[in-house]
Amino acid sequence: MTLTRRNFVKSAAAGLTLPALCRNAFAAEPLKVGFVYLGAIGDYGWTWSHEKGRKELVEALKGQVVANYVENVKEDASAIPIMKDLAQQGNKLIFTTSYGYMDQTLEAAKQFPDVKWEHCTGYKRADNVGTYNSRFYQGRAVTGTIAGMMSKTSTIGYVGSFKIPEVVMGVNAFTLAAQAVNPKITTKLVMIDTWFDPAKEAAAAETLANLGCDVIAQHVDSPAVLQVCEKRKIYGFGYGADMSRFAPKAHLTASLDLWGPYYISRAKAVLDGRWKPDDTWWGFKEGILAMAPYSKAVPENVRAAADKIIAGTKDGSYEVFTGPISDQSGKERVAKGEQMKDADMLVMDWYVKGVQS
Amino acid sequence: MSLGFFIDALVTVVAVTTPILLAAIGELVVEKSGVINLGVEGMMLIGAVVGFAVTFNYGPDLGDLAPWIGVLGAAIAGAASSLLFGFLVLTLGSNQVATGLALAIFGIGLSSLIGAGYVGMTVEEFGSPFPDWLAGDPVGKVVFGYSPLVYFALIMVFVVGWFLNRTRAGLILRAVGENDLSAHSIGYPVIGIRYAAIAFGGAFAGIAGAYFSMVITPMWAQQMTAGRGWIALALVVFSGWRAGRLLAGAYFFGVLMTLELYAKASGFSFLPSQFWAAMPYIMAVVVLAVISARGVAGSEAPACLGRPFLPSA
Repeated sequence: MTLTRRNFVKSAAAGLTLPALCRNAFAAEPLKVGFVYLGAIGDYGWTWSHEKGRKELVEALKGQVVANYVENVKEDASAIPIMKDLAQQGNKLIFTTSYGYMDQTLEAAKQFPDVKWEHCTGYKRADNVGTYNSRFYQGRAVTGTIAGMMSKTSTIGYVGSFKIPEVVMGVNAFTLAAQAVNPKITTKLVMIDTWFDPAKEAAAAETLANLGCDVIAQHVDSPAVLQVCEKRKIYGFGYGADMSRFAPKAHLTASLDLWGPYYISRAKAVLDGRWKPDDTWWGFKEGILAMAPYSKAVPENVRAAADKIIAGTKDGSYEVFTGPISDQSGKERVAKGEQMKDADMLVMDWYVKGVQS
Repeated sequence: MSLGFFIDALVTVVAVTTPILLAAIGELVVEKSGVINLGVEGMMLIGAVVGFAVTFNYGPDLGDLAPWIGVLGAAIAGAASSLLFGFLVLTLGSNQVATGLALAIFGIGLSSLIGAGYVGMTVEEFGSPFPDWLAGDPVGKVVFGYSPLVYFALIMVFVVGWFLNRTRAGLILRAVGENDLSAHSIGYPVIGIRYAAIAFGGAFAGIAGAYFSMVITPMWAQQMTAGRGWIALALVVFSGWRAGRLLAGAYFFGVLMTLELYAKASGFSFLPSQFWAAMPYIMAVVVLAVISARGVAGSEAPACLGRPFLPSA
């Protein structure tokens, strides 16, 4: 064979393809996993908890898994090329970790059918797209119990973002658990119509404190509410991560999102070839939800009551959405002794009696 | 409804209003000189992160002086970023609207970059300079319970109003904004005066940003001003370029925003929450409609606003 330009190109191409073929042939090659993050990995909140899960995954399956991430990805069309990039780089399992990536994930998944996708907190699935979520409301039942026992004014506050099922479930679980220990409890709720606006979050917390709330929970993205609680010498809770660094005295505890166990189980499923596009909704029992250490301000009897809720949730003897439950207008929504179904919870758009909004 | 209730509400109103007021005073002076700087949001964020960083890093050495130096740092950083804008629009004659928007985006990015290492840190709140028995008193706090920046903002509204309307320097600044060619032909340094006005506006935007990261929530978070810079810009138009109306307008916004929170927390859910959130904007439209119905008599918009000054051309 004479070395013409055409032949040279052919053989060079063959040389380049050969290692690629070999790579596919050996199973020992580690599984590449990609993560798409909404915020910065150092946000001490949502993204930070997913990043912790990624690190646990790498640690637990050392040698079998390599995991990359992209942070600060906006919830708009610009997410699609980032997801496609991750797929092109050879990631075979990709987690998109925010509700607003729902349609983008499906779009990217359509173009990369051999990649397995998992979308956090969403509900749209496909042959290669699964969804996963945490039973955040179980943590709200614990903080609600603590709030109900520690409030002297029987008026507790709640700074929320939007009236969507995830937030409504939290408000209701918090209120029901507080009422279980103190029937006089009223929850004053302020929805600020944004996930992130520290100045407005702070103003909402100030307003609730002015109106007599002495424990304030929050479902927004910054620790502003806790900083106000610290200043006003009242109590609050962290959400998603331990936020005691922002309010050492006011911070009673926090519900922690621990995504590690889930990420490990899914990566294992891919390695074993068992992966299916599931709809997963885990909580305390499965270990993706936990509470931060109680602060010194939480008395012994309150700790015991809170621990009982956690233990009951784990063994199935306690479920916060157990009837009788009536809504704000007094109409019965869940009959006595009945447990609310997951499907009903996921579309919850009404507040329980005792919520003032 | 006791006296205490209104005092508490007023304290919240002041906290909501002050940063918007600070940024708007600065922008008023800039626009009076004939330049429109849409980069307020970006300059606020740069001020917020630099104010926080200075206070955080030098806090242990400077003690009580730390927040003052932090605010000074925020002002300098805001002014420096505005001079970048000044160089582009004054010296190079670029389009003011486009350059201002670029500054806003640049500020968001730069502040995130500088602030990456400060996420999750806190500083002491830059609180009331008065002793606790005055600042903490349930009634006394309505006068004494605020950060020094609150008093500074109120004083500066009057100083700027007086400067623009009662001093010779203010008259020259307005002349530059009304008719740059005439001001130039009788020997005033149009470009120099505009540089000074832009730097003043930048410094005030920087201080407004520091109010977020050092007073309301003493921490740094990306884009923590959450769009207040745009409200400040709207407020200048809303005020008809008058300092007195600027003060009234800022507090009008602040009262409406606080009212929304009170209404929700008190159970007035007969109005959807989106309606409450839209209230300030609805009212702004109403007020602007009323003002324009009365003709332009109430407005003191500078005639040369947004026009590049290129005397050689």
